[in-house]
Amino acid sequence: MFNKEVLKILEKDGKLTPKQIAAMTGSTADEVGKAIKQAEDERAIVKYKAMINWDKVGNEHVWALIEVKITPQRDVGFDAIAERIYRFDEARTVYLMSGTYDLAVLVEGKSMQEVAEFVTRKLAPIEGVTGTTSHFVLKRYKEDGEIFDSKEESKRQAVIL
Amino acid sequence: MKRGPVSIRANSIAPSGIRKFFDLLASMEGVISLGVGEPDYATPWRIREAAIYSLEQGRTMYTSNLGTPELRQELSRHLEQQYGLKYDPATEILITVGVSEALDLAMRATIDPGDQVIMPAPCYVAYPASVSLSAGEPVLIPTVEAANFEIDAADIEAAITPRTRAILSGYPANPTGAVMPRDKLAAVAEVARKHDLLVMSDEIYARLTYGVEHTCFAALPGMQERTVLLGGFSKAYAMTGWRIGYAAGPREIIAAMTKIHQYTIMCAPTMAQVAALEALRGGEDSVLEMVADYNRRRKLVVKGLRDIGFSCFEPKGAFYTFPNITITGMSSEVFAEKLLQEEKVAVVPGTAFGACGEGYVRCCYATSLPELEEALLRIRRFVNKHGR
Repeated sequence: MFNKEVLKILEKDGKLTPKQIAAMTGSTADEVGKAIKQAEDERAIVKYKAMINWDKVGNEHVWALIEVKITPQRDVGFDAIAERIYRFDEARTVYLMSGTYDLAVLVEGKSMQEVAEFVTRKLAPIEGVTGTTSHFVLKRYKEDGEIFDSKEESKRQAVIL
Repeated sequence: MKRGPVSIRANSIAPSGIRKFFDLLASMEGVISLGVGEPDYATPWRIREAAIYSLEQGRTMYTSNLGTPELRQELSRHLEQQYGLKYDPATEILITVGVSEALDLAMRATIDPGDQVIMPAPCYVAYPASVSLSAGEPVLIPTVEAANFEIDAADIEAAITPRTRAILSGYPANPTGAVMPRDKLAAVAEVARKHDLLVMSDEIYARLTYGVEHTCFAALPGMQERTVLLGGFSKAYAMTGWRIGYAAGPREIIAAMTKIHQYTIMCAPTMAQVAALEALRGGEDSVLEMVADYNRRRKLVVKGLRDIGFSCFEPKGAFYTFPNITITGMSSEVFAEKLLQEEKVAVVPGTAFGACGEGYVRCCYATSLPELEEALLRIRRFVNKHGR
């Protein structure tokens, strides 16, 4: 049994301390610490990371969504080929999809050329991959529920009642 | 003597006692405000988007005086689903410009000069004024921290005179955050029935309860026929600026309220009605998410205030805490004024909500987590500096 309330709070802000979370949930820092440890141990919490807006930093980053069509293999279906793909660091996100293609692979690279190279040299030639379609990302507006350039600030007026 | 330009009635109501703070507040920088009684969220996008679309489609005309039929129907369904109450959307529901208008209409439709309206205090600042503006007489019954700021039916009964016309109740309560347990509210209902009183029940915070269930006054046995249920969208759906609310009640009273509404307002803003409809149809997830978030902040603030040394009643509803600040030896007003000047934290003195609010301040926790933590640090520093 996981403490879902603690997980929900952490999902929104991974920097909160057990003490802060304890105050928000009406429990003790010790209890929260234990709940977090358990979730970490069982990989319910996979990782803590910062979400960086690289466009703001000025680093050159390129993303592309690659639609991959594959031939499923006996016994292992799509999983073996998916694994061959997701083991590459360049593949940031990999999903098995329903519909007209099989795997959606979000690839990140420093340049368009680097991404193209990865697709043509690494991804497309994998045995079982029957075709790829690359879509380069022009702009990232929102990811994982977070809007990159949120203009919405509190517009509350100093009123009462 | 020459008569002044202002009517005796307008002169008779006191201005809201907190105005001066907020004039001061507006001129200061770096203030953390726990003073504003509104959600810190913007209205959920799907609600805003529905209203924008309606404007694009040119839905800019008046609606029926009562409000659009779709909204009244949806509201009727909503009230039935929430409380098992059946209201006829054609005759028993009126869409208003916030609960504020609904409250004013309810008073004007039922109160004759000299009628008394009993209300538990500390209470929302507009309650006494709404009665006075109808030439009625507000009768404030203090509720106390030791009794969880709940109404005691015996206190109500003891205050009844031949002139008593109605009880005005607002739970979950502003400013205390108190919620009325079902059995205690049932006892008040019993008094209302016994003495044939009307009940105006402001349930604007109905959806904001934490770990307890809100009891709708009108849903208690035999109460629907004598209760005007006042509700709105501002708090649950973060829609304060839209000014949209409603009244549901006995046909005769709603008809009288509609008559006044017709002559003063015509109809609630059309786009706000569209937004309210979308809120009822698709806003539930947002409500639940916001409530879960308020609850976390509530716990944090109550604990923080108690750690500082205040006695702080645990509010089970709305988004206010009402700490007892008597350990500082200051009056509510001095506390609020000094705290604002010295530490730039704005709270509202309890006395703004009636004399029985002396010794308390209202802190609204509908503010971001980092701001709440910073405000608690500042309040702690303030209390340490001034001793306890």
